Amino acid sequence: MNKIETKALNVYYGNGAVHGLKNVEMSIPANKITALIGPSGCGKTTFLRALNRMNELKGAETTGEVLLDGRNIYSAKEDVIQLRKKVGMVFQQPNPFPMSIYENVAYGPRIHGQRHENLDKIVEESLRKAALWDEVSDRLEESALGFSGGQQQRLCIARALAVNPEIILFDEPCSALDPISTARIEELLTELKQEYTLVIVTHNMQQAARVSDFTGFFLMGELIECGRTAKIFERPEDKRTEDYITGRYG
Amino acid sequence: MALKERLVTASLCFTALVSLLFLFVVVAYIVANGIGAISLDFLLESPYRFEQGGIFPQIIGSLCLVLICLLVAVPLGVASAIYLAEYAPDTLITRSVRFFGECLAGIPSIVKGLFGLVFLVYYLHLGISMLAGGLTLGFMILPWTVRASEEAIKAVPQSYREASLALGATKLQTIRTVVLKSAYPGIITGILLGMGKAIGETAVVLLTAGSGLESFLPRSILDPVGSLPVYIYMLATQGHTSAALSRAFGASLVLIALFLAISVVALVLRNRYLRQMGGGRR
Repeated sequence: MNKIETKALNVYYGNGAVHGLKNVEMSIPANKITALIGPSGCGKTTFLRALNRMNELKGAETTGEVLLDGRNIYSAKEDVIQLRKKVGMVFQQPNPFPMSIYENVAYGPRIHGQRHENLDKIVEESLRKAALWDEVSDRLEESALGFSGGQQQRLCIARALAVNPEIILFDEPCSALDPISTARIEELLTELKQEYTLVIVTHNMQQAARVSDFTGFFLMGELIECGRTAKIFERPEDKRTEDYITGRYG
Repeated sequence: MALKERLVTASLCFTALVSLLFLFVVVAYIVANGIGAISLDFLLESPYRFEQGGIFPQIIGSLCLVLICLLVAVPLGVASAIYLAEYAPDTLITRSVRFFGECLAGIPSIVKGLFGLVFLVYYLHLGISMLAGGLTLGFMILPWTVRASEEAIKAVPQSYREASLALGATKLQTIRTVVLKSAYPGIITGILLGMGKAIGETAVVLLTAGSGLESFLPRSILDPVGSLPVYIYMLATQGHTSAALSRAFGASLVLIALFLAISVVALVLRNRYLRQMGGGRR
């Protein structure tokens, strides 16, 4: 079953000067990991940020449709706050707030009006799901900035989980991390897909091959090919996909 | 090349030492000349016959003026800074407004004092009063608090804002919780600089708040109020005895100590806050 479908999705930057995404039609299945790959500037991050309407923060214009459970999130009556609550995001650089571990995780539930007495439980559950609880359970009041990059990134995942999303978008979540932290995050992703729909942008093709169920290959703002990861990597249909995957460019 | 490098380093070091020495001499001179005047009576009594008694009303007056000044300048300054940094579109108009705001900071204080006198004291009938003086001081330091707060808000990493918005926070929630919390140390520094200007300001206070010789404590904010800088000015220009000058230095010493004390408290608050945020790693 598809969680998200895009129809003729176009994104323009800089008052229309840059055509960042061109007529992208893509389906993202529920409870799977979908990887978006392609060389720098190919539009994969723009596509990711189109899914929770983060592009418009930088003044981008979007046409076409993004259907989440069949509802167009770009329709005029869509509530962006509710959308972003439903579609969480984890960024390239770990970006915990300069607050304690606890406050970081409690931030989202708080702004959505969660009652004070529920917070302890939500914080613990989120940290457990992000495989961080055992490392921080006795250091909840310490500033998040004192932890390692890998721990910070798992904290950011816990922070995203705390508002109870259905989809989580990952924008190159491991590119700033060492191999061991990367392995932990990848392991976490495969656990999380039981409950959530995951979309991950990655520069690292091995990573896409390791963790994802489906893969979309972007080039110059176009979606060249998408399908089951095994098929994309073993029998790509498009010459350009094959060239990219075999390392001829990118 | 190595010799040239060393020469440059040495001369830079020398320049720094000269500047510091100059500062040190000024402070040492004030301390040496003023310490004799300081006594418990000097700090806690009211002045009488111009050159006798203490400077208690002046100390309290200066503190009250700064308090009113901050009550004006901090909320207005921070609010304007939030608008300029977070909401104002980057157009020719906002750039001009920002530029004129900065020029405003450069207007001599006597001119701002004159404005306070004509507009607040006469036109609004506030009279020569603590309120008129404090308000004028507030308007005087406003450009600095706006500027410093705006810089502090702009220095907050964009990634904090994105993280907050991606969690479904509104822009206002993001600013109130994440942005202001991170900008707080920088804002404190800006307020402190403005406060330093305000507590030492003479011209504005002379024109709007009182003659500085008041021997009574103000009973309301509409009473005239004495202040340390104006008192020092009066003693220095109208005193005829060596006692007057010594009292002027004594009052200067108190003024400096007052400012240092406020600064230290603010810096301690700021550093404790920075530690809470993450060991100063920003």
